[in-house]
Amino acid sequence: MSSTEHVQTIEQLARPTPLLIRHSPYFIGAAIVVALAASASFDGYILNILMQATTFAIAVFGLSVVLGLCGQINLAQAAFFGFGAYAVGIGTADYQISYWLCLLAGCIMALLAGAVLGMSTLRLGGHYLAMVTISFQQIVTLVMINAIWLTHGPDGVGKIGRPALFQSSQSYLAFCVAMLALVGYLVWHLPDTRLGRAMRAVRDNELAAGVNGIDVFRTKIYAFAICAVLGGLGGGLFAGGFAYISPDQFSFAESIVFLTMSLLGGVASPIGSAIGTGLLILIPEWLRFLKSVPGLYLAIYGLSVILIIRYMPDGIWGFVTTFFDRFRRKVKLPAEGLPLVLAPAKTGGDMVLEVTGLAKHFGGLKAVDNVDIAVRRGGVHALIGPNGSGKTTTLNVLSGLYEATAGRVLLDGTDVTTMPPHLRAAAGLGRTFQNIRLFRSMTALENVIIGAERPGNTLIGNGGEAALTLRAMAALAFVGLGPRANELISSFSYGHQRLIEIARALAANPTLLLLDEPAAGLNSTEKLELHELLKRIAAQGLTILIIDHDMTLVSEAAQHITVLNFGRRIADGESMAVLRHPDVVSAYLGTD
Amino acid sequence: MDLVLQLLFTGIGIGAVYALVALGFVLIFRATNVVNFAQGEFSMVAAYLMVVFAVDLALPYWLSFLLALAGMAVLGAVFNLGVYYPLRHRTYLPVIIATIGASILMANGVLALYGPQPQVLEGWFETPGIQLGPVYLDSQYLLIIVVTMILVAFNYWFFEKTMLGKKLQATSQDKEMASLLGISVSTMIMITFIYSAVLGGLAGILVAPILFVSIQMGSTIALKAFAATIIGGFGDVTGAIIGGLSLGIIETFGAAYISVPYKDAFAFLVLVMFLVFRPQGIFGERVAEKA
Repeated sequence: MSSTEHVQTIEQLARPTPLLIRHSPYFIGAAIVVALAASASFDGYILNILMQATTFAIAVFGLSVVLGLCGQINLAQAAFFGFGAYAVGIGTADYQISYWLCLLAGCIMALLAGAVLGMSTLRLGGHYLAMVTISFQQIVTLVMINAIWLTHGPDGVGKIGRPALFQSSQSYLAFCVAMLALVGYLVWHLPDTRLGRAMRAVRDNELAAGVNGIDVFRTKIYAFAICAVLGGLGGGLFAGGFAYISPDQFSFAESIVFLTMSLLGGVASPIGSAIGTGLLILIPEWLRFLKSVPGLYLAIYGLSVILIIRYMPDGIWGFVTTFFDRFRRKVKLPAEGLPLVLAPAKTGGDMVLEVTGLAKHFGGLKAVDNVDIAVRRGGVHALIGPNGSGKTTTLNVLSGLYEATAGRVLLDGTDVTTMPPHLRAAAGLGRTFQNIRLFRSMTALENVIIGAERPGNTLIGNGGEAALTLRAMAALAFVGLGPRANELISSFSYGHQRLIEIARALAANPTLLLLDEPAAGLNSTEKLELHELLKRIAAQGLTILIIDHDMTLVSEAAQHITVLNFGRRIADGESMAVLRHPDVVSAYLGTD
Repeated sequence: MDLVLQLLFTGIGIGAVYALVALGFVLIFRATNVVNFAQGEFSMVAAYLMVVFAVDLALPYWLSFLLALAGMAVLGAVFNLGVYYPLRHRTYLPVIIATIGASILMANGVLALYGPQPQVLEGWFETPGIQLGPVYLDSQYLLIIVVTMILVAFNYWFFEKTMLGKKLQATSQDKEMASLLGISVSTMIMITFIYSAVLGGLAGILVAPILFVSIQMGSTIALKAFAATIIGGFGDVTGAIIGGLSLGIIETFGAAYISVPYKDAFAFLVLVMFLVFRPQGIFGERVAEKA
């Protein structure tokens, strides 16, 4: 074994070093920085710049969660920042309420506003969110200027208090830096938590996230609310630091400044956010002469946004990490994992899936019309039919991506007809897609871990990191890709990507597995391997409903076949009999 | 009753402006599947071009008008080449962010060149307006309504009756198929951006004598126009026009009977109501992404 190669054993994988020990350098470093901030003597100017950078960075961390992790846009971060700032400002200056209470109230207000805004918009596409957040930002500015009885209008709020503990500017800065370090740690660690993985999954592929048991809508709301609350926290700290606030500090222009900071540094990581914030606070200080022309600064920011998006989409930090990734040593993984156990639930009767009278109409088009399917437990059932016969539409209705126009779907005895995709996944449904839908920014292992994380999976114990990793490794080893688990999806061939998708579904230990044309696009060797794989899956008692055009595969693998044509069921029964059925023959080959 | 009629007239006039900008939104959205967040700035830039030509250079009004529209056509082309085209194969998020960047660049670029003082642009006609029974018809509002009606008719004729219009429609419905049929997709998208910039510019020039010409006018108009497209149903031309008109009316009545300083908030409230209760708008029926 060469010295640069390092083979990790399954035991190491299962029992990584405890988190606190692994991350202790971070906390030691943070403590040193806080101590420095508290003890070094800065002049007032430097102190102000540091204070601004620290509080802004917390708000920009928020953007790295919502935009970087979850792929949702927020153009009102300055408004949320303003919620925190005004809560602290008005509370401490006008009503003499404790600083801590005001800070808390500001965060809660930002959180609620973010959650409500998210709930009204996040079901819809990103365009809506962008426009709604801009509108929200404008409204908040209008209120700050016009509700003079509360906000003092354009005059702003002065004489803002600080907590008794941190009366001096120096100690208050140290407090802000400590908060920054704490928030930075949470945001840094977030991508590796269940919620963080869900956010990344939603960003990469919403449909796939849903069928893997992730509540897409709720995940987006969490991301949005976290972003808003970090905005509020940053704003509250900001108000205490500067003792005076006015509406123009929380305008749409400031939201754009936050966005530019986030994009410049690199939207995907808190380190990038910190870099971007630091640069965009320092650069204007160095180029003060530009400030004499109103608008010039923001014009440059606007231009920078266009250029960054075009030439450096991952920001400065993204650029640096891609450069250094080439030198990072590869951790090799063992080829043989633990054997994959499949233990499909067995609560219902003989039939795992009972579909009655299912219909899906698009306007006047009856894509699926009055279809009955009954899938026997433990068997392989095929759904076939010519192109456009409604097979994939049926699968999409079964997995909840389309709402059924009529009919009933019973999964293992549970009525899932009106359930959204993630609840069907929780009820035991797993699926793959005809056009592969993997989470493309993640490794194979991370993809399969998301599968293993399915709510209702009984084979992952308490759902801890180690159990999930073991389960995912077993699934990857099962499809023969164990040693490559740590590679990014983009480095896999088309056929291997299909296998990863199947592994992701298997790791979830579903009761019923839907395979949408798994053989499409595979070469003949890969098809043979797929056939072999299907046999090994079926041997463990997992029920499969498969769509495919490869008749050899279908006739050899499936015991039972249902045939659709023009959205209607034209034949159903034991494989050989169905394939000889005259209607089926004429549907495929035409009649004289 | 007299006041109601008067407000209705004003509301339709201002709504017609929103409708024109909304039309620009819809055309670009249909062609590229992306919302152009700089659409409102097209109106703002055109209004400033009018100020440059008609006020600063004292050219005749009609000549200034033609020059300003020509300038918008160029801006539309530059916008496409500089902002949209390089990102056309990326997902919608980078494109949205780039158009927002462009919007900031335009608004603040004009601010840097022209300063923060709002400019005044005279209306097209000398006569301020005519009294028709109890209602006073302002000539500029009348002009806006007439021009909008003509443009809507032109739009219908252009997209339904001309070959170029059909090609544009084909491109917006299925780019791959269109290119297989020999339609140059990039040319069609270029035409769409130019046409939208001119439409937005026209709206800006028409509304400039009513509002002041200021750098904020772009974002205000864009916000209203976007709300109009949601009310009408995204991607629907008729919807955009009806949405724009209803928003103008709602806003005018809201300002008269409820609150003037929060006039701009009504658009947002209507927007949120539609998002919550009828996100597909009055006419729209967009289906979710295909699996």
